[in-house]
Amino acid sequence: MKDSIFQVIENRALTPNIFKMRLCGDVSEVGQPGQFINIKLDGCYLRRPLSVYDADPISVTVIYKVVGRGTEIMSRLKNGTMLSVMTGLGNGFDIMAAGERPLLIGGGAGVPPLYLLAKKLVERCSKVSVVLGFNTITDVFCEEEFKRLGCEVTVTTADGSYGVKGFVTDALPEGYTYFYTCGPEAMLKAVFDSTGTSGQFSFEERMGCGFGACMGCSCKTVSGYKRICKEGPVLKKEEITWEG
Amino acid sequence: MGRLSVRLCGIELDNPVIAASGTFGYGYEFAEFYDINCLGTFSFKGTTGEARFGNPTPRVAECATGMLNAIGLQNPGVEKVVAEELPRLKRCFRKPVMANVSGFSIGDYVYTCSVLDKEEQVGWLEVNISCPNVEGGGMVFGTDPKAASEVVAAVKKAVTKPVIVKLSPNVTDIVSIASACEAAGADGISLINTIPGMRIDLKTKRPVLANRMGGYSGPGVFPIAVRMVYQVASTVNIPVVGMGGVSCAEDVIEMMLAGATAVQVGTANLVDPFACRNIINELPAVMDKYGIDRLEDIIGGAING
Repeated sequence: MKDSIFQVIENRALTPNIFKMRLCGDVSEVGQPGQFINIKLDGCYLRRPLSVYDADPISVTVIYKVVGRGTEIMSRLKNGTMLSVMTGLGNGFDIMAAGERPLLIGGGAGVPPLYLLAKKLVERCSKVSVVLGFNTITDVFCEEEFKRLGCEVTVTTADGSYGVKGFVTDALPEGYTYFYTCGPEAMLKAVFDSTGTSGQFSFEERMGCGFGACMGCSCKTVSGYKRICKEGPVLKKEEITWEG
Repeated sequence: MGRLSVRLCGIELDNPVIAASGTFGYGYEFAEFYDINCLGTFSFKGTTGEARFGNPTPRVAECATGMLNAIGLQNPGVEKVVAEELPRLKRCFRKPVMANVSGFSIGDYVYTCSVLDKEEQVGWLEVNISCPNVEGGGMVFGTDPKAASEVVAAVKKAVTKPVIVKLSPNVTDIVSIASACEAAGADGISLINTIPGMRIDLKTKRPVLANRMGGYSGPGVFPIAVRMVYQVASTVNIPVVGMGGVSCAEDVIEMMLAGATAVQVGTANLVDPFACRNIINELPAVMDKYGIDRLEDIIGGAING
């Protein structure tokens, strides 16, 4: 964990309400895919946690959906803006469990953390399959980015305007050895019920601090309570109870 | 004694800055950011006799100048705190620590306090009779002078360490509650706990918090806290620990002028994990700016002016 100053070097819309922002700064603590950063914004008292989409030796990139006041303010940040950013937060995806043919399942704003994961997995697995679910064609993003990594990509839209009509669970391929998923909770539950192997789930929750101090984001698991910001956001399928 | 040091119930603090309960865990999360031995001390996460999971999520909601929380006293229970949390705490903090205790009955408070009283590192017991986020507990004792004095008297009989009673601001007459605690044997008073509040989500048209209401904290409550610290410190003859929205060295000095012997910093830790360390580092320069030689000299300075 580290708190340092980052500079906005890119911030642009990918779809009407999905934005991509690249931040330049000390990325020494940005490691595991699935971890998140926590950004202090002028005009917001609490920080805004965002999962890491991509990272390189000088910058970290996030992709976020504008859902409220904080992300609204974020979407208007200009290049050159300096931000206090905490990095290296949370417990990310464990790539050692992937096997030869992992499956990545992302829904809407839950897609971004799977990109850095896919980047790591293509280096070690013979085939990486990706299923991305969106509501409609204008919401679709990142399909090409996953394809460029060499992943086998299937896109679903709920209204059938692009790709397979239906939900991600209508398009799960055969023969995967393990899965990783991030998306809305209803999707995560459906994935939980539709998958035959073990896997890992990345959860979202309103957070106070983002580093384990306030207990604002606790959830129950089969092995006791876990903080989404500290022991999570990634939990293993075997730990999940869906009881809050 | 250095220029920042103060005495709280007979124990010397290197400086008056105490990280507040519920915002600092059992210390070790913050020890990953900095050496927490620079603190005066900290008050660890509110501990109860039995383990508690707390309220459903969402448990936090943002406000313009602070936040609401409805955690609901999540903690592993006093036995696990003693067996697992305090040994971890000891590895990163070597000063006396403040043990924050909540309960649902007088017997409950007495049990938890007497267990923690035996722990060598516990310097003070901070008895929280003011949690707004649990049914039938905490605040019930903190809003009635008679109930408050019964808890304090029972705990005092069972322990040897100084007892600081943490009060709720949700009363019409804070002075009568504080005086009742003093008369029952309290060694100190700390205030204020959070103020009940609510936020409503315009999209769902429902309260943001699953618990509907939560405790409001952060810079927005600071003037209310200063007023209540002033009122209580004007009346009681035991030390007062001030808290509520403290975010900078100037706030610490203002609280001390209002009558606080020591000052807790809470919500600020959640936004900036270095908040307490920064405040401590800034204190000497701010003291110089306002012509303050030693902090201990300014306690209650605004009261008889």
